[in-house]
Amino acid sequence: MAILDILTWPDPRLKETAQPVTTFDETLHAFIKDLEETMRAGPGAVGIAATQVGSLQRVIIIDASSRKNVPHHGRQVLINPEITHWEGYAVGREGCLSVPDYTGNVIRAERITVEALDEAGATHTWRMEGFEARLAQHEIDHLDGLLFLDRLVSRRHDLYRRKRYD
Amino acid sequence: MSKPNWYMLTLVGRDRPGIVAHVTHALYEGGCNLGEASMMRLGGNFTMMMMVRYEGAARALAELVEPVSESLGLRLHVDRISGALHHHLEPDVRITVSGADRAGIVAQVTGALAEAGLNILNLESDVAGSEDEPLYIMHIEGQATEGIEALQSALDIVTRNGVKASLAPMDTLIG
Ligand SMILES: [Zn+2]
Repeated sequence: MAILDILTWPDPRLKETAQPVTTFDETLHAFIKDLEETMRAGPGAVGIAATQVGSLQRVIIIDASSRKNVPHHGRQVLINPEITHWEGYAVGREGCLSVPDYTGNVIRAERITVEALDEAGATHTWRMEGFEARLAQHEIDHLDGLLFLDRLVSRRHDLYRRKRYD
Repeated sequence: MSKPNWYMLTLVGRDRPGIVAHVTHALYEGGCNLGEASMMRLGGNFTMMMMVRYEGAARALAELVEPVSESLGLRLHVDRISGALHHHLEPDVRITVSGADRAGIVAQVTGALAEAGLNILNLESDVAGSEDEPLYIMHIEGQATEGIEALQSALDIVTRNGVKASLAPMDTLIG
C-alpha cells in the first residue's frame, strides 16, 4: 500500500480523458487500494479519481458516509461509470485535492442514475441524490479531463480562496 | 511529548508601544509557534488575536503570557481551538442579508452574528435596486461555532429592523 502523489492544477495530465478498464486483475485491485489510501490521506476528501494520481483509467472512489443526514451508499468503487439519467439542479460548494487553494460554487444535477462496474467487473445501477450525486459527478468529470474550475458560472463571483493555517 | 494543541489567544487593553514584540517574545521563549494573527487599534484600544501552537494545556499557556500581559495592562483570554497542520478553514454556513442602508446592515448584522458564534471567512457585498433606492446585498460565509440555530436566532432579531436575511448550511465537497 502506498499514498500516491496527487497532480495539481494546472498539470496538463488533469485535462486528459481516461480509458475504460478491461482487465479486472490483481494489478487493478492493488491500484484501487493505493487510490483509496491516497483519498483517505487527503484532508477532508470524500472522493478521488484515478486521473488525479496520473493514471488514465476510468476508476473513481466515493464515500459520503462521513456526512450526517445525507443519503448515500457508503464506500463505492465505480469502474467505467456512466451517468444515464439526470434530474433537477442545485448549486453547491466544491473543492478538489487537485486544486488545493480554492473552492467554488458549482451547478450539478440533483439526482442521477449511474451505471458502473465493481472491482470484480459486475455491472450495477445506482440512484444517487444530493451530496453523493454531486460527488459522483465531480469524480466522473475528472475521468473526462474536467475540473470544478471548468464548471464555474463566473470565476469572479463563484471562486473562493481557501483560508488555511499551520 | 504530547501532541501540540492550537489555541486562540486574545489580548485587549490600552494601546502602547511594544505590545506585539513583548507578547511574541514571551511565546517564543515558551516554545510556542505562531499561526495567523490579526490586530486592531480602535480609539486607543488595542486588540490582538493570535493562533498559537503549544504543547501544554491552556492554563500553562496563559501562565507563560501573564507576566507580560499584566505588566502591559492587557486582559488575556485563551481558548483551545480545533485545528491541525495544513487544514483549510471551510465555511459551513452561508448568509445573505439585504436592506436599504449599507453601513447599518454591516455593523448590525455582523455584530449580532459574531455574538452568536459566527467566524466570518468571506464577506462580499453588492448593490442592486435603483439609484434612488439602492438595495445593499451582503453575502457572508463562515463557521457556525455555536451551531446554526444560534445564528438563526440572531438573524431573527436583526430582521425585525427592516433587514431581510436568509441562512443556508454549506457542506463543501472535497474530491
Ligand atoms: Zn476533484
